[in-house]
Amino acid sequence: MIVESWILLSFCALIFCVGLLGVLLRRNLLVILMSIELMLNAINLTFVSFSYQLQDIHGQVCVFFVIALAASESAVGLALVIAWFRTMKTTDTYAMQYLRESP
Amino acid sequence: MPTLFFYAFAVLALISSILVIVKKDPVASSLSLILVFFAFAGIYALLEAHLVAALQILVYAGAVMVLFVFVIMLLHDPRKLSEKNAIGAWVAVPVVFLFFTQLVMVFRDSPVSSFEGGFSPEQIEVWGGNTEVIAETMFSKYLFPFELISVLLLAAMVGAIALSKRHSQRSWNS
Repeated sequence: MIVESWILLSFCALIFCVGLLGVLLRRNLLVILMSIELMLNAINLTFVSFSYQLQDIHGQVCVFFVIALAASESAVGLALVIAWFRTMKTTDTYAMQYLRESP
Repeated sequence: MPTLFFYAFAVLALISSILVIVKKDPVASSLSLILVFFAFAGIYALLEAHLVAALQILVYAGAVMVLFVFVIMLLHDPRKLSEKNAIGAWVAVPVVFLFFTQLVMVFRDSPVSSFEGGFSPEQIEVWGGNTEVIAETMFSKYLFPFELISVLLLAAMVGAIALSKRHSQRSWNS
């Protein structure tokens, strides 16, 4: 054991919370996508630390699937950002007000 | 010594991940994110997950970040974005902090499981190393999810091309 397992898991939770704060607080679409990547990385590290603690390889196999999922998520997400930028010329989430009633 | 390395990587990852969310410029955010990915790869290597560490560098620091940097270069937003948000920091930070303390309390108070999966580092060494054991598992027990993930990647590829393609005027009319 290089560190106690609760310290390792708390570190994963800390990185996850930083990513969550990024999603909640930022308005730039690109930074929101990056924060989602941060959260997925924290989950991967949780999988690996459980795999290390329980001496079981299946956690690392799960990480492989999460990595593939995160890659496809960011590809589609960035394509959506490009499509959005083409119509609105901005990456600000507050510009998404097409369905709003005009005041 | 590994403990020291773990704390060094952890501090690096934490500082860079905070920089990701506070930097105003998306380019600076993405460069900090690359640092986070490298620090995570170091932690994976310390936890005996060598294949995952290599995949982290290849897929995240290689492919995903190149995608991000390309899109940032492609989309130049000259306007200074305001970061004033409907959810203020004075609501979000305490709520997330509460969530975090809850998680830490659960992790600290729960007993360490004595479950042994039978994949100790020595046993993995006997079976031919980390990569070989993961490959054996993935192509026997996880064969169907593996095929599903390849379909997902294909769908994502088609979706990304279809979404980012510039539509001609004619295709809208027809």
